[in-house]
Order: sequence, then C-alpha cells, then structure tokens
Amino acid sequence: MIAGVSTEFIPPGPEDFNLPPIWASIPWLTKPVLVATLSVIIIVWFFWGASRKSAIVPSKLQFAGELGYNFVRNSIARDAIGSQEHMKYVPYLCGLFFFILLNNVAASVPLIQFPTFSHIGWAYAAAVMSWLIFNTVGIRKHGFGGYLKLQTMPAGVPAWLMPLMIPIEFISNILVRPVSLSLRLFANMFAGHILILVFVLGGEYMLFETGNIALGGVGVITFLVAIPIAGLELFVQCIQAYIFVVLTAQYIGSAIADEH
Amino acid sequence: MSNIALALEGNIAVLGYGLAAIGPGVGVGLIFAAVINGTARQPEAQSRLQSIAWIGFGVTEVLAIIGIALAFVFR
Repeated sequence: MIAGVSTEFIPPGPEDFNLPPIWASIPWLTKPVLVATLSVIIIVWFFWGASRKSAIVPSKLQFAGELGYNFVRNSIARDAIGSQEHMKYVPYLCGLFFFILLNNVAASVPLIQFPTFSHIGWAYAAAVMSWLIFNTVGIRKHGFGGYLKLQTMPAGVPAWLMPLMIPIEFISNILVRPVSLSLRLFANMFAGHILILVFVLGGEYMLFETGNIALGGVGVITFLVAIPIAGLELFVQCIQAYIFVVLTAQYIGSAIADEH
Repeated sequence: MSNIALALEGNIAVLGYGLAAIGPGVGVGLIFAAVINGTARQPEAQSRLQSIAWIGFGVTEVLAIIGIALAFVFR
C-alpha cells in the first residue's frame, strides 16, 4: 500500500456519454455525428460501387453487395412482409439495417469505439421513421378506420371483451412500438458501452491506482475479461441491428396484412 | 488493507430493474425454445414460426425495456 495514493474510484455513468465537440468552434460536430456521417458515406460508396458495374460474373465488391442486399431482402423483408409486397420496402429496410449495423459496430472499431445509438436521440429518430412508415402504409391500404380496426380489434375475440382489448391493443400496437424499438436499441448500446467501461476503468484503477499487489492481480483478470465482453458486445451490436430491422419489417407486414 | 471503500452505493431502482428483467428473460427464452422445437418438428414451417416469434419477442421484451426506462426515471 502506497501512502498518498487516495484517488477515489469514479464508476462510469451517463456523464461519460457527453462527449465534447471535436473542434470547439463547431459545437454540433461531436463524435456520434461524425461516425453517422462516415457510416452514410461508407454505405453509399459500398452499394454504389457494388451496383455500378453489374455483371453476370460478379466482381468481389458486387458479390459482397449482393450478399448483404440478399440477406435483407430474403431473410428479413420477404419472410416478414410476404413475397407479393416486400420489394417496395426493401430499400428502406436495407438502408436502415446497414446504417444501424455500421453505427453499432463502430463501437468495436479501435479509435472510434463509440456507439452512435447510445445517444437516445438517434434511436428515437430511427424508430419514429419506422413508426411513420408502417402507420402510413397501413392507413393507405386499409383507410384510417380500417387500419385502426385491424390494429386494435383482433379477430376471434368476443364482443364483450372489446372494451378491454381495444385500449390494450391500441397501446401495445400504436403507442408502445416506437418506444420499445428505440429504447431496445438505445439500452443495449448504452449498457454494452458502460459494461466495457466498468471492466476497463475498474481494471485500470485496481492495477495502477491502488498500489496493492493482490488488487493488481484482480485488475489484470478484469482487463482480460474485458476482451470476451467486447466480443459479446460485437455480437449484441449485430443482433440489435437485425432485431430492429426485423421488427420494422414485421410491423409493416402486420400493418398491410389482410384481415382474416 | 486497501483504500477502496466497500460501502454499497447506488440506487435501489437498478435492483428493481434486475428483478423486472427476470420475467421477460424467461419469457423470451420460452418463445425461442418453442420456435426451436417447432422447427425441429417441421423444418419447412420455420419462416412462419419465426415471424410469429418476433412479434411475441417484441411484446415480451417491452417489459424489460419499460423496466430499464423506469429505472432511469426513478433514480
């Protein structure tokens, strides 16, 4: 124990997400804004490059682009929306999937290491966009009253249960969906980032600040545990992008579904 | 021995969130267990089962998400 070392351990918290602007003169240009802009540029470059010279024998870039596009089209859009109407929504779903994926995976890229969607405003924007789209296509297909009936009156429920079912279904299908979409993405990114911060900062504190050999050993273990945690986070980041887009596709599919 | 304060500090709301996450955790597990079972019995029904499962997953996981939102509201 070294006398004089008495720096208190400050656990990471929500304050760690308030990053300063990159240049002090441009207050709105923070890291999430920069990462999101970069991700858009990368996506545009990637898909533009992949589809620019379409050939029967694809180049490597075209092959990679088709792989990503086919994944969204076949296993997300077609399964959820149905083979007749899914093509209309594939551009949005594909763009959304790769935007969320790149911004999430940026949290695992060295030197960036910040998930854009751990700022809840980004998640709100993505979820509100999806909410507007699935409500709009539903209203366009069934009319306002018909759409409300489809979403709030499940088939096969006896009439005397309707006063109970309609508010529940309205809340769960119209009001809670955007909230749950955005909060799921936000909470996963936020919690994952904090988890890594806890392990790395805690390990650093025990290793260097306490000056205690035994705690230093624990600190080394903590550092080592942070590596599989980061791997787990990479998995969670990909899964969350997938879930967000799958649920958006499901909501679109249920909004344009025929009554049965 | 060490100068790390061992006092437990924090907010009871986070403990409440931990309790609130048990139910949805079990529920999501049950949903996907049912999907795996169904797919094993009838592999060609996989896409139909999955589309139902995602809706159920969304409804179930909402409980955990409401929990984490309330944990932040009541801190």
